[in-house]
Amino acid sequence: MKPEQQRLCAVAVLAMAMLASAHAQDARAVQVKSLAATCGSCHGTNGKAVEGAVVPGLAGVPAVHMIEQMKAFRAGARQATVMHQIAKGYSDAQIEQLAAYFAAQPK
Amino acid sequence: MQRRSFLQGMQGGLALGLLGLAGCAAPTSGIPSKTRVLVVGGGYGGATAAKHVRMLSDYKIDVVLVEPNDVFISCPISNLVLGGSRQMAEITVPYTALSSRHGVRVVKDTVASIDTAKKVAVLASGPSIAYDKLVLSPGVDLMWDSIAGLKAANADGRILQAWKAGPETVALRKQLEAMRDGGVYAITIPEAPYRCPPGPYERACQVASYFKAAKPKSKVLILDANQDVTSKGPLFKKVWAEQYPGMVEYRGQHKATAVDARTGSVKFDVQEEVKADVLNVLPPMRAGAIAVASGLANANARWCHVNWLNFESTAAKHVHVLGDSIQLAAGMPKSGHMANSHAKVAAAAIVAELSGWEINPQPMLNNTCYSFVDAKNVIHVASVHEYVPAEKTFKPVAGSGGVSQAPNELEGVYAWNWARTIWADSLA
Repeated sequence: MKPEQQRLCAVAVLAMAMLASAHAQDARAVQVKSLAATCGSCHGTNGKAVEGAVVPGLAGVPAVHMIEQMKAFRAGARQATVMHQIAKGYSDAQIEQLAAYFAAQPK
Repeated sequence: MQRRSFLQGMQGGLALGLLGLAGCAAPTSGIPSKTRVLVVGGGYGGATAAKHVRMLSDYKIDVVLVEPNDVFISCPISNLVLGGSRQMAEITVPYTALSSRHGVRVVKDTVASIDTAKKVAVLASGPSIAYDKLVLSPGVDLMWDSIAGLKAANADGRILQAWKAGPETVALRKQLEAMRDGGVYAITIPEAPYRCPPGPYERACQVASYFKAAKPKSKVLILDANQDVTSKGPLFKKVWAEQYPGMVEYRGQHKATAVDARTGSVKFDVQEEVKADVLNVLPPMRAGAIAVASGLANANARWCHVNWLNFESTAAKHVHVLGDSIQLAAGMPKSGHMANSHAKVAAAAIVAELSGWEINPQPMLNNTCYSFVDAKNVIHVASVHEYVPAEKTFKPVAGSGGVSQAPNELEGVYAWNWARTIWADSLA
C-alpha cells in the first residue's frame, strides 16, 4: 500500500470509529433523557415547572443539591407526601445521572 | 427491504406533492400518505408518545397523530366534575400545542383498519397512511354486550358510564342534580383489570360529597364485581365510615349481568337485584377496538402483550402498544400516568431503532395516582417500576412506592398540580 493509501485508510477507520462513538453518545443521551422523562409528569417536561406550580422545577438545580435531597428523601431524613416513596425506586447511579441532566437544563 | 421502503418513500413523496397541489382546490386533502411514526389515539399515551418522539429525535422524525376528538378531556379529575368542585373546561386541553410547538401533524379522524404486514393504516374518511413505526394507544373498549340491556339503555342516555370523560360526565352530573333528596345513586364496578382501579371508589366519594352538602338523605351504593376494594382499600373504607356514615355502602362480589332502565334496576350473577334512582354502570373493558380488530389482543382476546423494552406488540412488528390496552405487568395499574410513562419508554426506543442505535436496556416507569375523597382532601398510591432483564418484564422496585397515611389537603394541592403538569407534559 502506498503512503497516501495508508493515510486514506487510517482517516477512513478513524472516521468510522468517530461515527460509532457519536452513535453511542447519541444512544446514551436518549437513554438519560428517557430516565429524566420519568420525573417530567410531576415536575414538568425537562424539569421545567408549569406556571404557578407548587412542586419545584428541577431544571437548573445544582447536581449536588439534587443528589442530597433525593438521598434525604430515600433515607426518610426529609419528610414528604410522595417523594420519599418515589425516591426509593432510583439507584445512586440513576440519581447521579438525573442530577447531572437537570443541572444542565435551562431554568 | 430498505430499498422497498425507500421506493415507498418516493411514492409517498410524489403522492404528497400531488396532494399538495390538489390542496389548493380542496383544503381537506392535507393528510400525508406516509409518515415515519404514526400515532393512533391522543390520550395520555398517544399524545405523550407523539411529543416525545419529536423531542427525542431533535425534531427530525416526522409524526402524525390520528385522534377523533377536537380536544383532550382528562379522565383523571373528571370525578370532581361529578362532585361539583370542577368544571369541564378545567379538564379540557387543546391539541394545538402538539402541532404548533412540536410539529406533530394532528389529523382529526379515526383509524378504521391497519395492515400490519404492509405497514399501512386506513382512515375512516378513506385515505391511508403508510408508516415505519405505529404507536397504538386506543385506550379501552367498553364491552356493552356483557351486560344485558346496557347498550340500549346507554344509547338513549338513561344509564351512563361516564368512564370516558366527555358528554357523559356532564349528563351524569345532570342526573345527580335532578335526583330527589333521599334517592339512591348506585355504581357497578367490573372485575379487574379495568381502567383506573381507584376511580370508582373516588367517584363514590365525590357523589357522596355532593349529596352530603345538597341531598343529605340520599345514598351511594357501590356494587363491586370484585371480592373487595381493588385499590387504596383501607383508606377508602375509613373515609366512607368516618366522613360519609350511613350514606356510602360498599358491597363486594356483585357482578352485574343485566339492567332495566325502565325500572332502574340491575341484576347480578348471584346477589339480589338492586334498584336505584341513578344507575352508573361500568361495563367490563378490553383493549381499544382497533387493537382487537387488528389481531393485537393476544392475551385472552382482551389485552395486548408487548415486549417491555420497546412496547412492541408480540403479535406484529413495528406496532407499539401503550397504556390501558396492554396486558399489564405485576403491580402496574391502567392509569393515565402509567400510559404517559409507557409512552416515554416507547418513544425513546422508537427514536433509537429508527436511528440505528441500541435501545435502552434498563428502562424505568413510575406512577402516581391521586384520589379526591371530597373537594379538597386527597389520598395517593405511588410506584416505581424497573425493567428486570432476567425476567424480561417490569417489576416494582423493592421498597419503593406506597400510599398516603390519611386524606389530607396538602395532597389535594399537589393532585391539582399533578394534573396541570402531566397535561402540559403530554400535550404542550
